[in-house]
Amino acid sequence: MTSQTADPYGAQAHARAMAGTKVEAMPTVPAAAGDAPGPVVWEETIAAGGYASRRLARGARLRLIDLAGDSCASLLLFNAEQPVERLNVADTLKVQWNGYLGEGKLLLSDMGRVLASLLVDTAGTHDAFCGASNQASNERKYGEGANHTAHPNARDRLMLGVAKHGLSRKDVHPCLNLFKGTRIAPDGTIEPQVGPFPPGREVILRAEMELIVVLANCPHVLDPRPGWSVTPLRATAWRGEVTPPGDPVRTAAPEGLRAFLNTEDYYAR
Amino acid sequence: MTDPHLQGLPGAVVHDEIVPARAPWLHRVRRGETLRIVDLEGNQAVDFLIYAADDDAERYSAQDTVAAQGNIFLRTGAMLLSNEGRPMMRIAVTNVDYHDTIGGACSCESNTLRYGHFTKSQHACVENFLTANARAARGKRDMVSNINFFMNVPVEADGALGIVDGISAPGLTVDLLAEMDVDVVVSNCPQVNNPCNGFNPTPVRMIVSAPAEQPA
Repeated sequence: MTSQTADPYGAQAHARAMAGTKVEAMPTVPAAAGDAPGPVVWEETIAAGGYASRRLARGARLRLIDLAGDSCASLLLFNAEQPVERLNVADTLKVQWNGYLGEGKLLLSDMGRVLASLLVDTAGTHDAFCGASNQASNERKYGEGANHTAHPNARDRLMLGVAKHGLSRKDVHPCLNLFKGTRIAPDGTIEPQVGPFPPGREVILRAEMELIVVLANCPHVLDPRPGWSVTPLRATAWRGEVTPPGDPVRTAAPEGLRAFLNTEDYYAR
Repeated sequence: MTDPHLQGLPGAVVHDEIVPARAPWLHRVRRGETLRIVDLEGNQAVDFLIYAADDDAERYSAQDTVAAQGNIFLRTGAMLLSNEGRPMMRIAVTNVDYHDTIGGACSCESNTLRYGHFTKSQHACVENFLTANARAARGKRDMVSNINFFMNVPVEADGALGIVDGISAPGLTVDLLAEMDVDVVVSNCPQVNNPCNGFNPTPVRMIVSAPAEQPA
């Protein structure tokens, strides 16, 4: 019996017969979502162990849903026009005088501006301290950690995400982990909160600048479970208005207001 | 010789330098050498970054370091890890209870948020890091969360955190054993708007010791 892919015509027919296949983790193109309140610009379910990166316009909303209660969204943010400006986790905590992320918190750049604000948070368990797993930590825990294996690590996922925008290893900066949390004991001990949690918890971010968003969905580096456990992450983005002067998140704290003023000053062109 | 700052070093002194208040510092420390930082006048924040000499895209990672030790404070014995999870330096010993690696560096830009736009022209640690790193062909992409030796950033139960009065004192030290060849980049913090330097930036002393003599 001859192979059906022995010549280009057969190979083409074979390839085309796959079109329309649906799997759990995939983008919807063109972007569409029945449950988004605005014009959808991105809809994708990111695989367990997967990653995605995307440009978002100023004012866009990005909703992340922990579909099955065990995702860990490691997040990098860049000013898309000038990616040397990026999320600064230390400034994000220090300027807001708090180590725990939640509704109303701002994600600040290293240039004193607001990259994004956290408008909605039904999870409440996030982590700004521990960062990404790396190949060495995954190898210790799961026996392997490289991108081509079944147990990829968050750092190398983020590296691929930034590479798709012309960036490289030096651009994988300290990250935030959404949906997996940490709490800090008085003696400094880091207490991980990894769940698993009820399905469907969500966060909605508002892009306060033109952004490159990079997401990796790998087990939290301090996940105490012996098995590599993570579930798919849904990302939906829609167009939205740029933050108006009276916005309550903009005016909530004097430090944050100055970050918005700096951002607005940057876009005064 | 009775210089108390040299006591207990493992080997011969190969470098000894005072970093003036508010100044940057860049120095190559070889594997096996020990870098001692002396807080000469007390409670002087020493902002500190490390780059692998062979490949400076590998650099100190506060997040990897605190995750691996399960604690946000840097104490005696802490292994300072790279962004790829490799040991870069180890806190061989320190007589300060703990050091910070959560608070990051002050910058002209973040100072405008923290204190107001009147601080924009004040000198800041990021300016020092950029100045020192520029001599090694590094730039802004090489800025990551740093260590703040001799700086105190507690975290309260509700997550409240901030730079508060220091727990160091004149003459206290930290000894860092290099686990690989590294470039150490320092900003002797010039901040005057919070207590990280006791509102008075002062000099620090950097002493590099050779490894202990091996018995013949």
